[in-house]
Amino acid sequence: MDSKEILKLTALELGKAIKEKKTTSKEATKAYLDAIASLDGKYNSYITVRAEDALKDAEAIDEKIASGELKGGFAGVPVAVKDNMCTDGILTTCGSKMLGNFIPPYDATAVRKIKEEGMVILGKTNMDEFAMGSTTETSFFGPTVNPWGDNRVPGGSSGGSAASVAARLAPISLGSDTGGSIRQPASFCGITGLKPTYGKVSRYGLVAFGSSLDQIGPMGRDVLDVAYMLNVISGEDPKDQSSADAPKLDLEAIKNFDLNGKTIGLPDQYFAEGMDEDVRNAVMEAVKLFESNGAKVETFPMPIMDYAIPTYYIICCAEACSNLSRYDGIKYGYAPDDVEDLMELYIRSRSEGFGMEVKRRIMLGNFVLSSGYYDAYYNKALQAKALIKKAFDEAFEKYDVVIGPVAPTAALKAGESLSDPLKMYLGDICTVLINIVGVPAISVPCGFTSQNLPVGMQIIGKHFDEQTILGFTYAFQKLTADKAYEQQTAEGI
Amino acid sequence: MEITEELIDYLQKLGRIRLSEEDRQKTMKDLGSIMGYIDKLNELDTTGVEPLSHVFGRTNVVREDEVTNGDMRDKIIGNAARKSEETILVPRTFD
Amino acid sequence: MKDYEMVIGLEVHCELSTESKIFCGCSTKFGGAPNTHVCEVCSGMPGTLPTLNKRVVEFAVKAGLALNCDITRNNKFDRKNYFYPDLPKAYQISQLYCPICRNGHVDIMTSNGKKSIGIHEIHMEEDAGKLVHDEATGMTCVDFNRCGVPLLEIVSEPDFRSAEEVIAYLTKIKDTMQYLGVSDCKMQEGSMRADVNLSVRPRGQAEFGTRTEMKNIASFKAIERAIEYECERQIDLIEGGGKVVQETRRWDDEKEYTYAMRSKEDAQDYKYFPDPDLMPVVISEEYLENIKANLPEFADEKRERYVSELGLTEYDADIITGNVTLVKVFETSGAKCGNYKDAANWILTDLLKLYKDEGVTPEDKEFDGDKLGTIIKMVNDGKINRKSGKKILTAVFEENVNPEEYADKNGLAQVSDASAIEPAIKKVIESNEKAVSEYLAGNTKNIQFLIGQSMRELRGKADPKTVKDILEKLLSEL
Repeated sequence: MDSKEILKLTALELGKAIKEKKTTSKEATKAYLDAIASLDGKYNSYITVRAEDALKDAEAIDEKIASGELKGGFAGVPVAVKDNMCTDGILTTCGSKMLGNFIPPYDATAVRKIKEEGMVILGKTNMDEFAMGSTTETSFFGPTVNPWGDNRVPGGSSGGSAASVAARLAPISLGSDTGGSIRQPASFCGITGLKPTYGKVSRYGLVAFGSSLDQIGPMGRDVLDVAYMLNVISGEDPKDQSSADAPKLDLEAIKNFDLNGKTIGLPDQYFAEGMDEDVRNAVMEAVKLFESNGAKVETFPMPIMDYAIPTYYIICCAEACSNLSRYDGIKYGYAPDDVEDLMELYIRSRSEGFGMEVKRRIMLGNFVLSSGYYDAYYNKALQAKALIKKAFDEAFEKYDVVIGPVAPTAALKAGESLSDPLKMYLGDICTVLINIVGVPAISVPCGFTSQNLPVGMQIIGKHFDEQTILGFTYAFQKLTADKAYEQQTAEGI
Repeated sequence: MEITEELIDYLQKLGRIRLSEEDRQKTMKDLGSIMGYIDKLNELDTTGVEPLSHVFGRTNVVREDEVTNGDMRDKIIGNAARKSEETILVPRTFD
Repeated sequence: MKDYEMVIGLEVHCELSTESKIFCGCSTKFGGAPNTHVCEVCSGMPGTLPTLNKRVVEFAVKAGLALNCDITRNNKFDRKNYFYPDLPKAYQISQLYCPICRNGHVDIMTSNGKKSIGIHEIHMEEDAGKLVHDEATGMTCVDFNRCGVPLLEIVSEPDFRSAEEVIAYLTKIKDTMQYLGVSDCKMQEGSMRADVNLSVRPRGQAEFGTRTEMKNIASFKAIERAIEYECERQIDLIEGGGKVVQETRRWDDEKEYTYAMRSKEDAQDYKYFPDPDLMPVVISEEYLENIKANLPEFADEKRERYVSELGLTEYDADIITGNVTLVKVFETSGAKCGNYKDAANWILTDLLKLYKDEGVTPEDKEFDGDKLGTIIKMVNDGKINRKSGKKILTAVFEENVNPEEYADKNGLAQVSDASAIEPAIKKVIESNEKAVSEYLAGNTKNIQFLIGQSMRELRGKADPKTVKDILEKLLSEL
């Protein structure tokens, strides 16, 4: 198979082609590595590319496929991994100078599982520093560029994982989502990205940002790739006591999903002032398509959404300031070598190792947890969390899914939100409350803006009911197959 | 919530962070506007609402008391900037 | 000078005797080479997560029940955040908001009689690592082996009014933990540590004075001395017109004084919040009942039973029950030989002397009570004499030999057969005419001399009582 053909395939199609000996893992890996070599200078979607090692891995995997040891649907398929998941012996930077030289001595559970499936890790993708940001511009290793052009950001924080898939520099990738970090870049880059239910995928080895919010998830070209990848990485993990056992997805049932009689709730707040007109129209078009195919649609008020951003930033910054205190210049990571005093070592390692956005959130977190402010902020946020959960519980008594946009706008111009952090935070309005309550949500390409930028629709489901939201997604992608929402953006093809 | 010089000092101290004067001024301004927005939460009536730390109600997830790990010292201290053969080194600590 | 009284509250840390650490599968064994009982979790590598060891919860509940506490049904863990090189995550997982045990008490006995000391709370937490200053490099070496070893922190009410009460309480806590088998409470290995919060006030005053905290004092004796010193220091300060400053002080046991520690960092703001990584622990009625039903017999109950049922003196019972290792030796040896009073005697006179001579405690050196029982039985059955028994005891103590084999190998078995003894005694009678005639003339004390001579002739291998009987019989036949 020639490399252009290889790059056109979805991950499942590629896995099938390898199994049918139409190509090999090595050939596929080579095709992707070549594409990366020629194009990633422009997109900067990878921090680390495993040129030689990936080929070696692919060779070994080809042997195991031949011997029948590896049988999975993704056996031999290359994959890109966000650089906040620990990979044994492979640099894991979290997009930060702080971890610029950190080699983990162990694999994250999700990484172990993709290895066991027989996937080839192409490299580690660029991201906002410690996953703090919505544009992949806060990376110490430079910003990632949106393959849709026009000097747009890819979204963030999993911007590298999104851009690599959109630009055909990886058939599929893993991202992580703390407040929208899979869904929003998927939306900005025109791919499909799933934030699974909290606990569905082990967080072990995912460098912690907001521990009660973080979740690893798949980012791919279509719903079936995403669904299959979730089956690969999900499951209860004895190393993560917040992970839970849940049945694997039934891909055949997803393909046969029937929209008839299904109920969709549309929260008023998702379509209120401040949402870009093009975004709102694209999502409403999609909803109408569901309706015309038998689903019942109803709008309902969700006033608690107004408090989602304050609640989210209090919780995530509080957890982050605690999680990031371990970076002290002692055990790993950046440390100045001319320091003779412990306090100076702490202060200089952290002041020089962290970027501004990370410092800002550490300071915010320290503030909301500090004595005298805990009740007014942190505890208040946990109360708001209880109310947000209640609102979702009530909504899901009535509806099978809740639908809204992923972000108020399509991809922003580079540099637009960096100067004003509050503006950047407000852009998370549609996604953060999903993490607060831990339910699953997917970002599905559903149209374009007048400037021809992709727009994502967010389909939100009940706890552990990925099956239903993926059913909706599959039905939608089948109904709109002709619209090329998942447009080819790679120059290499 | 007003972000004062003293508060910024305190937050730097808590986080072991030292900002340049320029960053410090910008941070005061940014934290001011962010906290201004966050203070919106005060409008939410949470009277009698039990704070929710764990969202799923999963409980009693435990493991057996078994030793499963051996010696992996070299891997553990391998990433440290300053180390000896057996330990990580830090500038002298005081009582 | 006014009459002052001291007010003391204690925070006692006990390391739990689990096999593995509280949040990972590393060994808790004491004394490994630096950083060899450490994994990515307890060294705080990015991305790692804690997994709760269920035995820690069980041990905490046991301790709480033994100390008469209410057991918290809905438990959570909280993070206590602070920077220090011995704390690799920069937070200690502990319990602030929902400690597992609350509102307990223990009764202690002092020279003033019985007193109840309140237990404010007991919570579960993880230990920190060890920092060792290295003179060669001028730097500090970090050893994470102790990181994540499970601890119970037992916080008392400020109920103590004397060092004696403090020591009685600590002894009680130590005994209880040891009887429960939840902690070995070895102060010298740091598996039991006490922080002493002390203030003074004029007797009769209701308000507390300003307190100081003395951390990690290493022995009961040192605690006693530190309390006395600190109490005097505070009184002197107040009497001299000064004020006590709330601070942490360190006790220097060699120089016998306390000094203020360089404060780690101004005011501590630990920013406690619930740890999202650990799920709440809910304790059911059933779980609690099951643990209650399996609690062991404690020192007080044992002491009483030893006196009333086994006939020990209170003094002897006190010493044995004061050490859980001795209790084990006592109960095993008593059961084996069938004579608990003898078992107590052997332990208190002979075994304890061996420990003392070697300068170790019973916890340091295991002793098999079953073997002591065998020795006692051999002596009581007249198979060996007491002197040989002691010799075997020493050999068991030193090399853990098999008592019976040892007796055989070293020819310690007594000659109890009269036919073997009689010729030797006859020989003694024949060669000690003077003593014999004096005996026959009424100086019966001379029998001792003749017994001695006979024992010598038998090279000690006979039961003196048998020798005496035969000697008297032969003499009466003259």
